[in-house]
Amino acid sequence: MPLSILIWLPAACGVLGAIFALRDKRALGVFALLGSVAALALAISYIVGYSPGTRGLTHVTDVVWISELGIHYKLGIDGLNVMLIGLTTLLFAMATLAANLREWDRPRLFFFHFMLAESAVLGAFLAQDLALFVAFFDLMLIPFYFMTGMWGRGPREERVRATIKLVIYTLVGSLLMLAAAIATGVLASQQNDVPLTFVLSNLQTLPLSRGSQEWIFLFFAAAFLVKMPAFPLHGWMPDGYRTMPIEVLMVFSGVLSKVGAYGFLRIALPLYPQAAAHFQTLMLLIALASILYGSMVAFTQTDARLIAGYSSIAQMGFITLGIFALNSQGAQGALLQMVNHGLVVAPLLFIVALLSRRAGGSEDVREMGGIAFRAPVLAALFLIVALATLAMPGSANFVGEFLILLGVFNAKLAIAIIAFAGVVMASVYALRLFIRAMHNRPGKNVESRDIGLLDRVVLVPVVAVILFFAVYPQLALRRGEDSVKAAVAPAQAALRGPTFAAALGRFETGPVTGTGNGEAAGARP
Amino acid sequence: MTPVLASATLSGPHVDFAGLSPLLALLGGAVVVLLVGLLGSRWVRAQVVPALSLVALGTALGLTIWQWGEEKSILAGALRIDDLSLVLTMILTVGGIATVLLAWRSLAAREAAHGEFHALLLTSIGGMTLLAAAQNTVMLFVGLELLSIPLYVLCATEMRREHSLESGLKYLIVGSVGSATLLYGLALIYGATGATDFTTIASAISTKGLSSDVLLLTGIALCLVGLAFKSSVAPFHQWTPDVYEGAPTPVTAFMAVATKVAALGVFLRFFDVALVEAQSSWGPAVATLAALTIIVGNVGALGQSSLKRMLAYSSVAQAGYMLAGVVVSTQLGVRATVFYLAIYLFMNMAAFAVIIARERQAGLGDNVQSVAGLGRSDPWLAWPLTLSMLSLAGIPATAGFIGKFYLIDAAVAGGYTWLGVVIVIGSMISLGYYLPVIATMWMADAPAPLPALAGGSPELDEDLSSPSVKGVQPEVLLVAVLAGAATLFFGIVPQPLFDLVHGVGSGFGLF
Repeated sequence: MPLSILIWLPAACGVLGAIFALRDKRALGVFALLGSVAALALAISYIVGYSPGTRGLTHVTDVVWISELGIHYKLGIDGLNVMLIGLTTLLFAMATLAANLREWDRPRLFFFHFMLAESAVLGAFLAQDLALFVAFFDLMLIPFYFMTGMWGRGPREERVRATIKLVIYTLVGSLLMLAAAIATGVLASQQNDVPLTFVLSNLQTLPLSRGSQEWIFLFFAAAFLVKMPAFPLHGWMPDGYRTMPIEVLMVFSGVLSKVGAYGFLRIALPLYPQAAAHFQTLMLLIALASILYGSMVAFTQTDARLIAGYSSIAQMGFITLGIFALNSQGAQGALLQMVNHGLVVAPLLFIVALLSRRAGGSEDVREMGGIAFRAPVLAALFLIVALATLAMPGSANFVGEFLILLGVFNAKLAIAIIAFAGVVMASVYALRLFIRAMHNRPGKNVESRDIGLLDRVVLVPVVAVILFFAVYPQLALRRGEDSVKAAVAPAQAALRGPTFAAALGRFETGPVTGTGNGEAAGARP
Repeated sequence: MTPVLASATLSGPHVDFAGLSPLLALLGGAVVVLLVGLLGSRWVRAQVVPALSLVALGTALGLTIWQWGEEKSILAGALRIDDLSLVLTMILTVGGIATVLLAWRSLAAREAAHGEFHALLLTSIGGMTLLAAAQNTVMLFVGLELLSIPLYVLCATEMRREHSLESGLKYLIVGSVGSATLLYGLALIYGATGATDFTTIASAISTKGLSSDVLLLTGIALCLVGLAFKSSVAPFHQWTPDVYEGAPTPVTAFMAVATKVAALGVFLRFFDVALVEAQSSWGPAVATLAALTIIVGNVGALGQSSLKRMLAYSSVAQAGYMLAGVVVSTQLGVRATVFYLAIYLFMNMAAFAVIIARERQAGLGDNVQSVAGLGRSDPWLAWPLTLSMLSLAGIPATAGFIGKFYLIDAAVAGGYTWLGVVIVIGSMISLGYYLPVIATMWMADAPAPLPALAGGSPELDEDLSSPSVKGVQPEVLLVAVLAGAATLFFGIVPQPLFDLVHGVGSGFGLF
């Protein structure tokens, strides 16, 4: 089945819902739910059908979109994105379900934007053309702009300000990326004297000069780091997290941040390997700063959302760390951790919403407490999520962080040692959140009750997936393995030395002469 | 390149009526409209005159399409009929049609007795088509004046409103300075090269090695300044916000779109044909101007509460983007500029149509508050304006994204990567004023209902005392929806526009 169906099904359901569900506002949400569940089913079928060890892309759709600019509408699945589309559709289905549990003002618009967001995110994950990726990457922000501004919390002025801040922050990065992407296509075609193309697999065979690579890489990195967010570029995060409706935040935090990390693996490392090697230390330091800063702020915060938000900064720091270890262990750990983090942060935020309902509407952990007493099931689910967040041995997060640290250990010992502190800190903030909310003295407005049936329907499946991955992380690891190796191979080669990279470059353009680079070069599609 | 046509015979030059037909339709239409406008019946003046203008514009559009594919110089080499002039004429006539629709029930048209308003409009479009096809400096100047003089009057057509008169006067003064500067520059170029014909100028520059000749360079500089005035390129843009704000809104829409099309068309043909040999001299200067324009326009638009002023500054910035296509002097650059001009038409017409609709409905003028809560009260107006703003900002899935992509592509390919980055930086700044408009539409509540239309101008009250005030006038809605839909459509399926501009600039002898 063409991948376009997977991408556009949610948006189509959003539009159809807006058109047909004129009378019954409930039907709207059901339409959206159908779309997102169908997308989930499709994604699962792709995951099941993807056999580990597949070389290159599968399910390729390749149509010329704009012939003058060499832009193709090219989609494909490989080990890098197959689990991420599963994550995206799962979290969107979960969030749509959660969104169905409450009344929305202007529901038609809400579900339209929500479904459009899902389509755009899926498009960004599946795009195999640089220009198409940029288009989806920028596009996915627009529905969030509307959803945050129109249905966000807080007084209107503040809300709009937070929204505009969020969008400008992230779009600034995206626009830099637009310039960099165009430059990639144009310069690669000029320097190699071929017609203009933006198809990723073609661009990988057209090496850019080192000088071009460096500024282009920095532009891309800016876009991705803002999206994640990483430490110095996270200014939009507190306002954005506070303002977004929780159902929107679940997917924003769970999925959109992954697009940034995914972009490094899909685009920055394979296309600009020399620059990636050149800036490795810089990126590792940014990642390290994110881990330490995010963790430390997370255990000073009292707003439960912001605890989740700052913990995300730390977790995304780990992911960046893994990617820029520039070896396959680190990158594989990063890919696994992307899925893991999405799987834990979305239920965590949903639990925050449940907690705030039991604590008189407040999301401040000081006003929670003692909730576990009357809510054993909720407490159990929360505990699973919290333990997964702190990467308890036995959870998939542990495997992910372990691989990441192993990778960094091999690359930069000092950084790995400092990063170990982040693991410890994660247990502090995760357990602090759990204890302050569930145990301790009950807050003054707390009226605890156990999780309702409908909320269970939202939460239990995702927790089940967390448990499943804890038992069987191989599902993600084995599917990602080959593609991840291929993605980091050029940068790894560039890191090993200029002569090696030069040999690699010769290998790309001319006949094979060496044998030592077989692994790296052969892995390219 | 066309010596045959210029051969001196006793008979006058051969007139190719087919090639000239769009222009004749426009000017003939102007005469007819003017005469019909003299009839006494109010109904005829208010309804038949605009209808006839539409017929004239439609005819011109049809004739342009009929001429499609022609490559010829007509009137002894004075005008060039090629893809560039034909595409620009199409954009201009479509823009003209939208303007007539927007002005149909406007105060401006009524105050100027309908006939005169529409005749002036048609004449101005005639001047623009002439400009788009001009192939020698004399024709260039004639076209420019034919374009400008009616516009000076059109700006002042809301005769009882002070700002309208001020706008007309300002435009007259600044425009005349621009014209004079341009004329002086053209004279100097003639002095340096001894030719008025674009291609002859180009060959004179290369054969006589004039590319660093002081006389020529002074002439080029003066021409650049003159054209910069017309296309509101910084630092010669200061008139733009005042004139745009003061002029009747349909006229503003027309100026924002059509004048820019014509001025950029001249930039393309004059700089990329006549002066292309001296590109190394003027290229950096124009690139600097483009960068300055982008920054000045975008920064100026921040914090404007008048939508028209905001769009005026935004149009300054957009002119800067398009200049990037001129600077590189490649066929790619020419195409990218013309492509952007085409989508620029849709983006701006959608925005102005909504502003006009709200001016007539809400009684808040063009203040940004007039669109507050529009998403809830009137989604049919809110969506076109939303799409227009997103497109102007260059968001994907709108035509603006593709247009900007094409321009940056041309800039980078032409060796002006830094200019591409400036375009991107400009777009970033522009988010700071486009997004608040969207926020006001969707996230703000409608202002407290005004007691009837109190607070609006008395003319407005009088004009719209009919109950139709509450609903949007269908022709305005039509323009808004069609332009908004086109913005979206060409953002997703841009290929038709690419095909349209494919041949543009092919005869320029560029790369």
